[in-house]
Amino acid sequence: MSAMHGSHSILPLRVRGLGLTLDGARLINDVSFDIPPRSRTVVIGPNGAGKSLLLRLCHGLLAPSEGDISWSGPAASDGRKRHAMVFQRPVMLRRSALANLTHALALAGLPLRERNARAEAALERFGLGALAHRPARVLSGGEQQRLAIARAWALRPELLFLDEPTSALDPAATRAIEAMIATIHAEGVAIVMTTHDLGQARRHADEVLFLHRGRIVERSPAYAFFERPATPEARAFVAGELVW
Amino acid sequence: MEAGPFATAFHLLATFDATLAQIVGLSLRVTISAVALAALIGLPLGAALALARFPGRAAVIVLVNALMGLPPVVAGLVVYLLLSRSGPLGSLGLLFTPTAMIVAQTALILPIVISLTRQVIEDLWAEYEEQLRSLGSSRMRAIPTLLLDARFALTTVLLAGLGRAIAEVGAVLIVGGNIAGHTRTMTTAIALETSRGDLALALALGIILVGLTILLNGAAFAASRIGRRMTG
Amino acid sequence: MRTGNRFATTAFLALAAFTAQPAAGQEFITVASTTSTEQSGLFGHILPLFKEKTGIAVRVVAQGTGQALETGRRGDADVVFVHARAQEERFVAEGYGVARFGVMYNDFVIVGPADDPAGIKGGADAVAAFARIAQRQAGFASRGDDSGTHAAEKALWQAAGITPSGDWYRELGSGMGATLNASAQLPAYTLTDRATWISFANRGPLEIIVEGDRRLFNQYGVILVSTERHPHVKAKAGQAFVDWLVSDEGQEAIAGYERNGEQLFFPNAGDPAS
Repeated sequence: MSAMHGSHSILPLRVRGLGLTLDGARLINDVSFDIPPRSRTVVIGPNGAGKSLLLRLCHGLLAPSEGDISWSGPAASDGRKRHAMVFQRPVMLRRSALANLTHALALAGLPLRERNARAEAALERFGLGALAHRPARVLSGGEQQRLAIARAWALRPELLFLDEPTSALDPAATRAIEAMIATIHAEGVAIVMTTHDLGQARRHADEVLFLHRGRIVERSPAYAFFERPATPEARAFVAGELVW
Repeated sequence: MEAGPFATAFHLLATFDATLAQIVGLSLRVTISAVALAALIGLPLGAALALARFPGRAAVIVLVNALMGLPPVVAGLVVYLLLSRSGPLGSLGLLFTPTAMIVAQTALILPIVISLTRQVIEDLWAEYEEQLRSLGSSRMRAIPTLLLDARFALTTVLLAGLGRAIAEVGAVLIVGGNIAGHTRTMTTAIALETSRGDLALALALGIILVGLTILLNGAAFAASRIGRRMTG
Repeated sequence: MRTGNRFATTAFLALAAFTAQPAAGQEFITVASTTSTEQSGLFGHILPLFKEKTGIAVRVVAQGTGQALETGRRGDADVVFVHARAQEERFVAEGYGVARFGVMYNDFVIVGPADDPAGIKGGADAVAAFARIAQRQAGFASRGDDSGTHAAEKALWQAAGITPSGDWYRELGSGMGATLNASAQLPAYTLTDRATWISFANRGPLEIIVEGDRRLFNQYGVILVSTERHPHVKAKAGQAFVDWLVSDEGQEAIAGYERNGEQLFFPNAGDPAS
């Protein structure tokens, strides 16, 4: 951990009393949880529960209406994020796969001479080396998502947010993405992922946050959540009875 | 009108009339320079207008949109008064030169480039904002990124400017003076031949001008299409 | 960012190369003159001769006389070459011009539709013809642009004691060629200098109706713009052009210009009345 991310970790992340109100609608309500180092948290819940909003709040894309999101250590104030995010539909710039990575590294403040090597290494790491000089926009959806994850990984995050990373993909691509997530986690990166796919949640969750109507209804270790859901809503959801 | 305009146009082209070549060359030089200048200034400004938030932004947008309809003679007159020996920039001695024509045409198409660029970049920002902010990009830092990614849409923006510039006569006539062999362009030559009553020659020049415009647009369209196919 | 900078640099270099003035260093003067001298082709005939002799290129901006004098007043021309004597003399008196020299003349003609609705064809009295046009309210197209021809037209109306107004009198605010184009379409009578008429190709039903009145005399004069008002004026080259126009050589060059077998301008620099 310390070898990879320097002496100070940004984790655990502490979220307390988080709320978001947009146009009078209360979308996130009094949400509290912790993300420890190297953990895997899967956020599940029906459509409109606020899963994506929660990730965007934590990642800093949205400003909370109330509550605190506090990162550990002095890294919290050094201006450079050490958490990255992969979107459901990643935006690839109209340039080569490699250039998409070097662009992200430039934004992250990496010196020019280091960018190419780091980007190429990231592509090789995930078997995408052959795509390096292909225009990113003409790649398939699965390839683009793998590229997006490689791009996020190249930023050397301590925590990776993934917002339904496989929901638009076929089974083969989904397997490839899940393998990448497993690899990244094995390297010591904490994972926070939303998904619609309960099987995926079982495979990748250490902890489950079950979100319903903007609130955390249940928060428990994955095995416990899937074996003995504590609340009626979670039971209905696991049984597939709650409308997504 | 002994010869028809098409026959005259064909004859002018076939004999590669030296005066005609000079006029066509000047038209292209002035217009392309004006478009290049307007691009250099207008693309970053348009993108900045799309992304920056400042008091009075809405008023600036309305003003720039309105200036898209600026009458060429007004643009010409303003530049004339600026560049005239009795004007503030008179010591440069630029009136009645191709440079003055480039300045006037740049002023004329700059609002088009700024306004359309703002629209294009605003739309693209809506699509890219979350991803770019996630990667740590500020709004201002996003300007070059968005300009580069919008390059095909922006080609069309520049073509709109090119079309306005190459077709206009009012501004270049006032600041260029339609001096034979020096500031005579396709459009001022057409105006001149019309006033001399040589309508066939005027129309022939018009046909050549339209042909040229089609050629330029076709080339830009093809380039943009090939680029799009290659980079998605 | 790198790509953006590279693009900007390339564009700038391309632009610089593209806008560079060819053949810099060639000496030239700017002459504000009238549409009649330019459009009749006179300058196309005489300027190469002047350039061959002196090496000075002449850039002609063709405007109406009023506008040409204004161009000189603003210092945007080195020499003005126009045809409205009263205005020219005022230009010199106000200190904008060094001195006025008569150069050449031609004449105005009244042209109009061949069916001659005012019944003035063949006359030689321009004032009487104007009075008749007004009386019959036959269509008349006026330049209305403060040009030398417009000034001559106004003088004729004044001589006839008429202030022209009404539907029949159209002020076009256009150059001679555009006015002739309009007259051919309306159709209407109009006053034109003979040089423009001879070189005009789109006559339609128009023909010469009245000519030969001495009040239709059209004198051209040339003036060097004063360096006292505008120090940047190229006085030496400009004076060379003025001197050449009134020299035997320049006068012969003017006399030598013909269009359709007709001499268009008649040099009279030596004439004290010019």
